[in-house]
Amino acid sequence: MSTATQVPAALEMPRDTYLNAGYGVKSWFLTKDHKRIAILYLVSITMFFLFGGLMAVLIRLELLTPAPDLFQSDTYNKLFTMHGITMVFFFLVPSIPATLGNFVLPMMIGARDLAFPKVNLASWYIFMIGACFTFSAYISGGVDTGWTFYTPLSTSYLNTHVVAAALGIMIAGFASIFTGLNFIVTTHRMRAPGMTWFRLPLFVWSMYAVSLVQVLATPVLAITLILVALERGFHIGIFNPQLGGDPVLFQHMFWFYSHPAVYIMILPGFGVISEVIPCFSRKRIFGYSAVAFSSVAIGVFGFLVWAHHMFAAGISTYSALVFSLLSFIIAIPSAIKVFNWTATMYKGSIHFNTPMLYALAFIGLFTIGGLTGLFLACLGIDMHVTATYFVVAHFHYVMVGGMLVAYLAGLHFWWPKMTGRMYPEPPAQLSALITFIGFNITFFPQFVLGYMGMPRRYHTYPPEFQVLNVLSTAGASVLAVGLLLPMFYLLWSLKYGEIAGNNPYRATGLEWQTESPPPMHNFHETPIVTQEAYDYESMNEEEVVIG
Amino acid sequence: MLPQYFPLFPESASTLSPRVDALFFFIFGVTIFFTVLVALLICVFAVKYRKDKHPVPVQIHGSIPLEIFWTLVPLGIAMVIFAWGAVLFFQEKHPPKSSMDIYGVGKQWMWKFQHPGGQREINNLHVPVGRPVRMTLISQDVIHDFFVPAFRAQMDVIPGRYTYTWFEATKPGVYHLFCNQYCGTKHSGMVGEVTAMSPDDYEAWLRGAGAFGSLATHGQNVFASMGCPTCHTGADNARGPNLYNIYGRMERMSDNRLVHVDESYIRESILNPSAKIVYGFQNIMPTFQGQLNEDEMIELIEYIKSLTYNGQLLQLQTNTQQEPPVNLDKIQKGVDVMQPGTNTTPMPRTSAVPVTQEAQEPSTAEPAPRQVVVPGKQKAPAKPSTTARPKGEQHP
Repeated sequence: MSTATQVPAALEMPRDTYLNAGYGVKSWFLTKDHKRIAILYLVSITMFFLFGGLMAVLIRLELLTPAPDLFQSDTYNKLFTMHGITMVFFFLVPSIPATLGNFVLPMMIGARDLAFPKVNLASWYIFMIGACFTFSAYISGGVDTGWTFYTPLSTSYLNTHVVAAALGIMIAGFASIFTGLNFIVTTHRMRAPGMTWFRLPLFVWSMYAVSLVQVLATPVLAITLILVALERGFHIGIFNPQLGGDPVLFQHMFWFYSHPAVYIMILPGFGVISEVIPCFSRKRIFGYSAVAFSSVAIGVFGFLVWAHHMFAAGISTYSALVFSLLSFIIAIPSAIKVFNWTATMYKGSIHFNTPMLYALAFIGLFTIGGLTGLFLACLGIDMHVTATYFVVAHFHYVMVGGMLVAYLAGLHFWWPKMTGRMYPEPPAQLSALITFIGFNITFFPQFVLGYMGMPRRYHTYPPEFQVLNVLSTAGASVLAVGLLLPMFYLLWSLKYGEIAGNNPYRATGLEWQTESPPPMHNFHETPIVTQEAYDYESMNEEEVVIG
Repeated sequence: MLPQYFPLFPESASTLSPRVDALFFFIFGVTIFFTVLVALLICVFAVKYRKDKHPVPVQIHGSIPLEIFWTLVPLGIAMVIFAWGAVLFFQEKHPPKSSMDIYGVGKQWMWKFQHPGGQREINNLHVPVGRPVRMTLISQDVIHDFFVPAFRAQMDVIPGRYTYTWFEATKPGVYHLFCNQYCGTKHSGMVGEVTAMSPDDYEAWLRGAGAFGSLATHGQNVFASMGCPTCHTGADNARGPNLYNIYGRMERMSDNRLVHVDESYIRESILNPSAKIVYGFQNIMPTFQGQLNEDEMIELIEYIKSLTYNGQLLQLQTNTQQEPPVNLDKIQKGVDVMQPGTNTTPMPRTSAVPVTQEAQEPSTAEPAPRQVVVPGKQKAPAKPSTTARPKGEQHP
């Protein structure tokens, strides 16, 4: 396998970059530069990811045997709760928007920064304050509500630090709102001359859709968690029927945020893939407007399907029908995207750089993740598989196989832009392969377990499920290797990586026209856009000249 | 098909299982088709158009016909799956008319089941093969979930409201029962077994299970001890509606809506009587919130359901003294108490009536379950006092 990189001999690092604009602690922690804030986010969420991953490893180890071996039930319950909360609220939701989005979105549209740089910095502080609350709950004994906080269990029956954990999530939610707000205003107001809406890179479209969802849905989560805290602290009957509340109301409110949140998590991934595949196929994206509008459609329909998490929760038959129908409809835009990405490769000139390998893995895994969603959207089947390992497998295919893989694709893709140095290609390609294989061994058996009826969140399980669980744990250890490798070689590349140059992949997009790493204000002069996004035709012509 | 120790597919032991599995395999086929299609295309493109082989890409903008094609075809397939799933869902939601009733109460971290004949079990459920069983489920604390994978039957068990599911076992055996909604520390210990038995074995099991009176007879006592007969006398001038024949019919409320009288409605009318007022009655019933536990509530409901027994009716009698009205054992022909003007004109009986009746017949060894006197609870039948009114029809 080879690279698209056409590195002329003596590349030098640019003289003034955002990285050497200042070295003090203050220059980082009081920065208003979107690129430095992105790095702050990147470091934080990597820590949280490692913590959440450690929890996952412990869970898989416990599930090696049907009996309780390593932990007591309460500890096990805390493990999967901390795994879920950390991964969802402190890794997946901020992952691409707050790191890659923060870094490249202003550059992609030719702006000097986001519209509200101070709000952007505030969002990181709010995020970290939220994390402090939640992690203080972990440290002072853990939380065992499950990441879904279902009532009345969370409000009246557990004596762990539910309120601290919930408040932390609520606070971190505001970081998400701030980021979304910033992106919306930036996309509307700060595009470079000539950058029309239909010249925007698809990453910007997907970030725009995500931002809308973040701004509109996250407040509902905040309200819900406040209500949980009120009922827990002051016994105000909202969700507990013994206090006159309605336990299912909580589920409606929670999923009204948390289903759109699924799209908050996966839409940015779509954006990354829409950048990577054209670049390494040396070809414009197939069906630009179909891909752009499907992002928006997902954002809109994402608000209307929340009750498909509740088909077995006693909602009325007819409302279940409506939510099932809408859930099938929202599957279509995702299918359109998959077909367009695949068609983009047709008659391309495919380069197998690491980001492309991750993107191909993404398409495969997301296709499986999306199609298994059909089982769950289907009322008759969902009544059997809901809340089993089938669901666990499905959303890990989407969230890990989809989102995490897309995040890694994007991280490798923009790594030279962020650091000025290339990641080493061979170990990166190897780790993409290991991740893909390990992921499938981990999660595919869980589909089988789920249809056989193994419930999720079980500390102990009947012995006939053991073989598949052992397989899953074995896969998890492979996956762990695949995910840890990048940490090493990426850190290594900071010092020893090849100097990348402005545009190592010869990609289109304004972010590649400036230096790597970019200067403080991104561009030395404001770019003027005269072409559509993904104009690989002229890019390839240049390449031929160079070649 | 596969060795016992390494199964890949769940046991199929109910009438619904093959229907669920058929749809499952259909969607499975769709999944395989599209996964293989996409994977194949990617692999072919990746090999055929790799940069060494195909250095100059062809720029293609897109294709509207193709976009329409791959929008409509998946949409069509999705609609087929939706419709098929919806039909199946209706079957899963609507138990056959001939179902027998079993009640399940979930609590941290155990299952308690009650058969209409009064048999009680913990973490074990015995059911007959070849007969639909409707489960009426409720939780005493947090949300649980009743899940029997071999029957493809699942339903959340929620505090404060009844939920229902049903199944008809097709082959005898012992199957897993799981709690499938995270419910705290010992969630994974909230498991049990469902034993499906041939009808004869089930009959024998019921007889040997040591029931002390049917649920309805217990309910009769609860009914009396709570003072219900004071108002639900059954007379036309009674303060409470007549309860006779009420279960399963449509009842008109004071705001003119029609309400189906099922377990949920009866429960609500006892705990929150002002929620729905039967047409022609005043909102005067006190709430019994906190005075009944879930077991007593189930007994009371079974009793009210039984007030249609065999075309006869229980005449309740009370005296004007404050003594608890306990003389509930007289069964008379019910025709004479159907009074005009009480808004309780009986509708045609719904299926629910024979359900109750059938469910009880095998469940007790005694021939006339409703006449069983529960030791200690019932006094000798009081003679009708001068002011006693014929009762037997009540409505909350």
